[in-house]
Amino acid sequence: MNKLIEKQRHIIDFTLSSLWRRKGRNLALMLVYTVVVFSLGSVMFFTQALKNEAALILSGTPEIVVQKMVAGRHELIPVTYAQKIEKIRGVKAVKPRLWGYYFDRITRANYTFMVPEDMSLINNEIIIGSGIARIRVVGRGNALLLRTYDGKPFSYLIKGVLSPDSELLSADLILISEAGFHRLFGISPKNATDFTVTVLNKKEIPTIAAKIVDLLPDTRAITRDEILRTYDAVFDWRGGIIIAILAGAVLAFLIFAWDKAAGLSAEEKREIGILKAIGWETGDVLHMKFWEGMIISLSSFLAGVILAYLHIFTTSASLFAPVLKGWATLYPNFSLTPFISVYQVAILFCFTVIPYTVATIIPSWKAATIDPDLIMRT
Amino acid sequence: MIDLQHIRKVFNEGQPNEYIAVHDITLNIEARQVTVLKGPSGSGKTTLLSILGCMARPTAGRIRLEDREITSLPERFLTEIRRSTFGFIFQQFNLLRGISVLENVMLPAYPLGVPFTALRSQARRLLELFNLAHKALAKVEWLSGGEAQRVAIARALVNDPVVIIADEPTAHLDTKLSREFMEIMRNFKSQGKTILIASHDPIVHESDVVDRVVQMRDGRITDPGVH
Repeated sequence: MNKLIEKQRHIIDFTLSSLWRRKGRNLALMLVYTVVVFSLGSVMFFTQALKNEAALILSGTPEIVVQKMVAGRHELIPVTYAQKIEKIRGVKAVKPRLWGYYFDRITRANYTFMVPEDMSLINNEIIIGSGIARIRVVGRGNALLLRTYDGKPFSYLIKGVLSPDSELLSADLILISEAGFHRLFGISPKNATDFTVTVLNKKEIPTIAAKIVDLLPDTRAITRDEILRTYDAVFDWRGGIIIAILAGAVLAFLIFAWDKAAGLSAEEKREIGILKAIGWETGDVLHMKFWEGMIISLSSFLAGVILAYLHIFTTSASLFAPVLKGWATLYPNFSLTPFISVYQVAILFCFTVIPYTVATIIPSWKAATIDPDLIMRT
Repeated sequence: MIDLQHIRKVFNEGQPNEYIAVHDITLNIEARQVTVLKGPSGSGKTTLLSILGCMARPTAGRIRLEDREITSLPERFLTEIRRSTFGFIFQQFNLLRGISVLENVMLPAYPLGVPFTALRSQARRLLELFNLAHKALAKVEWLSGGEAQRVAIARALVNDPVVIIADEPTAHLDTKLSREFMEIMRNFKSQGKTILIASHDPIVHESDVVDRVVQMRDGRITDPGVH
């Protein structure tokens, strides 16, 4: 047993000095390898953490949202519909919501306006998201000039800026009073953007949603689960785009790795011949190549994963922000809660470390099975 | 000690470029003697040396090593025999570039799992024997031809083999170094080692250390003679 351990120790020692001999080549290989793992790892960590974050925040969203539909599009809903929905057995409360989007020509960004349920804002008072505060360079006590629906400028008073903690969802948000909302968008007080419905028994959410649509066929009822699924799909889709872009890089890496790891140089073949000639078995050579592949791939993998972790959770994914976060002008500035899925790391490991190690061993096995006497002739 | 019976070696058998390197050779190598295989280039010396040292298998014929039939042994056992019985000195020295002299000498013993400190002491002792102790940590590419060859000899001895096989060992050495090499062989012979050398260098086959010169041409033994 001791001999076996000592033998592996010798082989690892020799592998390390072999790697050092070709340090230029191996460092280049490790660099490319690390970049690939870093990129894939970043996408994986980011989409997963974002989904978790969204799920956490969305858990406080309404159980059912009811929207009026006209020709397949979302339309303003008459507030009288609320009384009809309230009569459905199992419905606890129905609340009208007022929200909408506003395109700001100055910053070329879209803002989301919302009338809060539990905040008392009067007339021209607003509370803005920190993204807007940043982009318009304004803060508490300043005025924000906006154009109303009929093109007239109107000055709103900033009563506060939302906490950066909620920036994932509130970077582009403006909370506004009901009167201010009506003035800005010219919407009649008889209408609301949509309703939120709370129910007595959570298990009945799908049934009540179906009953609402039966009672009011020109509406749609969106449940919380459906919203969560949509968010999942959106972030998966964004992750998918990055993966698709990275696919080229991954392919290039595979070709590079195959060429560097698989294609043994004449010098390496000669060395394998020498080792066999001086008494190494085929198995010893394969052990050496195995350790070589493991050292390169494992250290690159670990470096890539650690860098990806730091990139996502300490620099807020600074490199992927434009695609993954999904805002055009207003990027939310927030820190994600660190979250690592062991399953995903295992998948990443299987797709990088194992193929590389195999790619290293197979050609060496071919070279190691030839008769060592060939070395006598070179 | 090593007995070859009707050995034949064919390369690329059955293909248009088929080449018969060794024809029906029967030869017995005596223990504790210096035997030289002499012949021009292409005479089959290196091929025969490879077969004798268990590096290559014959296409036909039988090999016995100290009364043990080894012709059809699996590769693993042949490697074991090669490691424990033979020490090789190659024409090009075949040292691994980029690693130290000491590591090169220790290499053949790595698969044996000898404790590192014991192995290092053994390698250092051999380097001292060949006046190379001061070069232990130098890279092999910095060595002169004579030094490189002495490192190759030290490497061949690290597992304390019974037989030393040298293929054209003086091909890259000047006269002085070639004579020094033969003196080293004399020393080994006095220690009871069996020495097999393939060479067409007169300094080698005319040396008084040599017990027997086997003449070869075109893959055949033309004179199994005794020196």
